Amino acid sequence: MRRIIAVLLENEAGALSRVVGLFAQRNYNIETLTVAPTEDPTLSRLTLTTEGDEGKIEQIIKHLNRLIEVVRVFDLTEGDHLEREIIMIKVRADGAARAEVKRTTDMFGGQIVDVDQNTYTIQLVGPSGKLTAFIDALDGNQVVEVVRSGVSGIGRGDRILSL
Amino acid sequence: MTERLSGGDMLIRALRDEGVEYIFGYPGGAALHIYDAIFRQQEIEHILVRHEQAATHMADGYARATGRPGVVLVTSGPGATNAITGIATAYMDSTPIVVISGQVPNDLIGTDAFQETDMVGISRPVVKHSFLVRAASEIPNVVKKAFYIAASGRPGPVVIDVPKDTTDPNDLHEYNYPAEVSLRSYKPSSGGHVGQIRKGVRALSEARRPVIYAGGGVVQGDASAELVAVARKLGYPVTNTLMGLGAFPGDDPQFLGMLGMHGTYEANCAMHHADLIFAVGARFDDRVTNNAAKFCPEARIIHVDVDPASIAKIIKVDIPIVGHCKVVLAEMLAVLETEITGTLDNADDVTAWWQRIDRWRAEHGLDHDQSERRGAGGSLLPQQVVQAVYRATGGDAYVTSDVGQHQMFAAQYYRFSKPRRWINSGGLGTMGFGFPAAMGVQFAFPDKTVVCITGEGSFMMNMQELSTCMQYSLPIKIINLNNQALGMVKQWQDMQYAGRHSHSTYRDALPDFSQMVGSFGHVGIKVTTLEELNSVIPDIFGDRYRNDLVFLDAHIDPDEHVYPMHIKGGSLKDMVLGNEEPT
Ligand SMILES: Cc1ncc(C[n+]2csc(CCOP(=O)(O)OP(=O)(O)O)c2C)c(N)n1
Ligand SMILES: [Mg+2]
Repeated sequence: MRRIIAVLLENEAGALSRVVGLFAQRNYNIETLTVAPTEDPTLSRLTLTTEGDEGKIEQIIKHLNRLIEVVRVFDLTEGDHLEREIIMIKVRADGAARAEVKRTTDMFGGQIVDVDQNTYTIQLVGPSGKLTAFIDALDGNQVVEVVRSGVSGIGRGDRILSL
Repeated sequence: MTERLSGGDMLIRALRDEGVEYIFGYPGGAALHIYDAIFRQQEIEHILVRHEQAATHMADGYARATGRPGVVLVTSGPGATNAITGIATAYMDSTPIVVISGQVPNDLIGTDAFQETDMVGISRPVVKHSFLVRAASEIPNVVKKAFYIAASGRPGPVVIDVPKDTTDPNDLHEYNYPAEVSLRSYKPSSGGHVGQIRKGVRALSEARRPVIYAGGGVVQGDASAELVAVARKLGYPVTNTLMGLGAFPGDDPQFLGMLGMHGTYEANCAMHHADLIFAVGARFDDRVTNNAAKFCPEARIIHVDVDPASIAKIIKVDIPIVGHCKVVLAEMLAVLETEITGTLDNADDVTAWWQRIDRWRAEHGLDHDQSERRGAGGSLLPQQVVQAVYRATGGDAYVTSDVGQHQMFAAQYYRFSKPRRWINSGGLGTMGFGFPAAMGVQFAFPDKTVVCITGEGSFMMNMQELSTCMQYSLPIKIINLNNQALGMVKQWQDMQYAGRHSHSTYRDALPDFSQMVGSFGHVGIKVTTLEELNSVIPDIFGDRYRNDLVFLDAHIDPDEHVYPMHIKGGSLKDMVLGNEEPT
């Protein structure tokens, strides 16, 4: 099962490499990873998505907690949460294709953020599944470059990850 | 007024403030400011080793025997990389050591400077934590944290990488050693969850075929007295892992011996048929479980461990209890004492269970007096050597070991009466560990008998330390079970590769060990028969050689195998008991 795990981490040199190293060392898989400092500059917040059965996820969480610089670990997928990813995608858009691309973009609520004679660069925000659906909806031959930010997430309502 | 000290002086002062007695180390360029600080003080003794790997094993042996962190100091680059095997050894067995490595100056880090290696990176998978010192002023705090992290919770090795500029003798700072540390991200658990403890006690009192399975966590956690008290209160059988030997008295009738790959018949059978396993400070290692899918099919499992990540890692657990073994066992004992006053309701079942166990023991238990046996051509047998050492030392010596057949013979036949006496590399299985570990123990306890039961293959991996032993007058007794082969490898080749001994013997290339140790200034004795052995043992453990390092080169039957041995892929009870006798 796909899980989204949020981690509060001491904002120190080397802390991130311990998290990434743990996944490699224990043969766990990281699908996406995003990290940035939080409003408290001594902390970073990291969101990662991974796959695994319940036993594996339990071990991942325990081993994350065992890292000295990990302050909190939170499995967002255990309850109600919001998940967002941003994608920027450059597509060839000339002639008739131009209108077609525009239409698909509008349908998904995306924005065209850069334009030149031959290409559109589209930005779209949403849960990962929606972004994947958007890529699928475009004509594969037209897609020039895709960049995805990786998932970040937050619990709904009073599901809060803080110190 | 607070003193002003250089980083190098602060580092040594901080170690002193931690109560450190010894530093096991080896100098080099990046560590020279620190070495100068060592020179200018008297409180801490630095032990000059001959190889950095040995320094880490010495610190590890010291830590295992005393429970206090052992300290290592090495230089950057090759000094640091040489220490890695010892750090990994300590990591796998959860022992507290603090390894200080010199590093190139901060402004050269990342430039491939002379003797630069990314020590924090290279050690990352085998440390509990590590620090790279960025400024001299951080040193007291970093040392405080390092010792706290190494010794608390589930202990483990901590690396402090110290760039040379932070120990500059001309750069002075105010020295204040912090009285305590608190880390918001690290709060090791102590007492267990009350509800879980009650559940555990209830399961224990309802069991019909219980086994207490205790591991290295009981030794490390100084929980042996509590374990014995709980076991006595319940009257249940106890087995120890390789790492747990000594946690329960080895000659006690309630003790089934070691379990696992080379465990006793009765311990493995009892585990397999149990309806309740009470695991304490043990981690269901694959050398214990054999095929995890066939592990203890009828048992409910209670698991006490200080490390939540050890629980349910391999085997599903019914009643997990996270907490320090010592505290949890004391809490369980308190509940047991109030709730169980008379005999337990399950008393009849337990009596029947003991009868079954005693039958197993009588059928195929270990023979603790093999003096009537002879090996091929009348040769000496390894079991006889271990039994002679056991008798001569009354089960109370500190015994270190290496990895191989000799290690298993020592574990099976030296019946440890106390915790922290049996010191071996169970997790990583590091050949070359035993001898330097024994040195660390002898430094900690200069007046105690310290024995290293080794094999010629393992001994040759760190024998350069004979010179260190001469320098510091360490009277270690080295018992070399010399089968002229990488015996354990050869045994596997006998059993699984139709006797094809691919690179497990050395032809006639072995040295004459007694002459070799003689050239280092020590006493070397060679024996080839039981009679010769019996004639030299009293001297080795008596007054004659009290102050000498003695190397007993015991030439044993090279074809002797270690039994019982698990059948690969089977359950715990599936063992080969002797040449061609599977269960
Ligand atoms: C550093 C290291 N290399 C290789 C091994 C694999 N190994 C396990 S036991 C063994 C043979 C040990 O030979 P010896 O020390 O003579 O002991 P014996 O089995 O003969 O008693 C080997 C090579 C190991 N455990 N450690
Ligand atoms: Mg050998």
